[in-house]
Amino acid sequence: MTASVAHTSAPTHHHYTTLGLDSRKVAIWAFIGSECMLFVSLISTYLIYKGRSVIGPFPHETWTDPSTGQVLKPILNIPVTSASTFVLLMSSLFMVLALAAVQNKELPKRTRGERILGNSRLWLFMTALAGTTFLGFQAFEFTSFVHEGLSIRRNLFGSTFFTLTGFHGAHVTAGVLWLVTLLAIDYRRGLGSRDSLLVDICALYWHFVDVVWIVIFTLVYLLK
Amino acid sequence: MTNVPDSAEAALHAPTGEVEHSHPTWSTYWKVAVILTLITVAEVWAYYIPSFVASRGFVPTLLILSALKFTIVVMFYMHLKYDHRLFRVLFTGPLLIAGLTLLALMFLFGHLYLKVM
Repeated sequence: MTASVAHTSAPTHHHYTTLGLDSRKVAIWAFIGSECMLFVSLISTYLIYKGRSVIGPFPHETWTDPSTGQVLKPILNIPVTSASTFVLLMSSLFMVLALAAVQNKELPKRTRGERILGNSRLWLFMTALAGTTFLGFQAFEFTSFVHEGLSIRRNLFGSTFFTLTGFHGAHVTAGVLWLVTLLAIDYRRGLGSRDSLLVDICALYWHFVDVVWIVIFTLVYLLK
Repeated sequence: MTNVPDSAEAALHAPTGEVEHSHPTWSTYWKVAVILTLITVAEVWAYYIPSFVASRGFVPTLLILSALKFTIVVMFYMHLKYDHRLFRVLFTGPLLIAGLTLLALMFLFGHLYLKVM
């Protein structure tokens, strides 16, 4: 596949800024900029309190409860989180394929491969499915942490960890709902190249959620 | 609003070359996905090498790999490399402010320090 993916940043029926840019696209970038500040504040809080919890369980170290003698293992499950990270990375691929499919809707699809790549419903569904799978991994992780004794009130690590990853999970949930809405529109009346901005804005939000996770995965899960 | 047709209105307001952008090909998207996966595998692999984790290179390596993934997604999947520079400003401006605030907080709370003399 070497066909260039056409993109129109100024589709029809929209309001333009004096720069000739669609105001909704300017708005989503401004929103993403503000979201950067939100997540950096949460990440900062996590890093400031990192290693300052008085009682366990701890993310990377074993801890023995002095009152009961119970030994608590390091709580983070890197294999499971690596799998969920992979799923979220793949969802970004599905999202760009969905956007490209919508943008190139009117182009003729001659081969089977072109028909698959041009199927916006398939890629929107796959993105939503991957997002839901990620949320499933997060629900599993949160549940197992609570069973192992880590709650949001247990220690500084629990408070900052659940707040940070919980906010991210809420963003993923909003993204999945947005994707399902687009999918419903696609089934109802079909998304064409005239709607590419609708999908583009959703895609920008989705990729932003992905890049936030890239940072969280390294800073929270991998750095000891 | 004027009665100018939309396409004409777009052309009227858009600077030359700003309306149509050539985005990456599908094969580029797949290659980017493979690169992102390989970087993630390298990160997790590094996590499981005790001698490397104990070394001074562990933290910088992971931070660089993470920054690389972040940049790749933003440039290719979010199309910031191909889009209008205003979007770059809207994204990198707050990111820069947030990043500097994070660094300042790390210094303030003693997680980072500068050796003087």
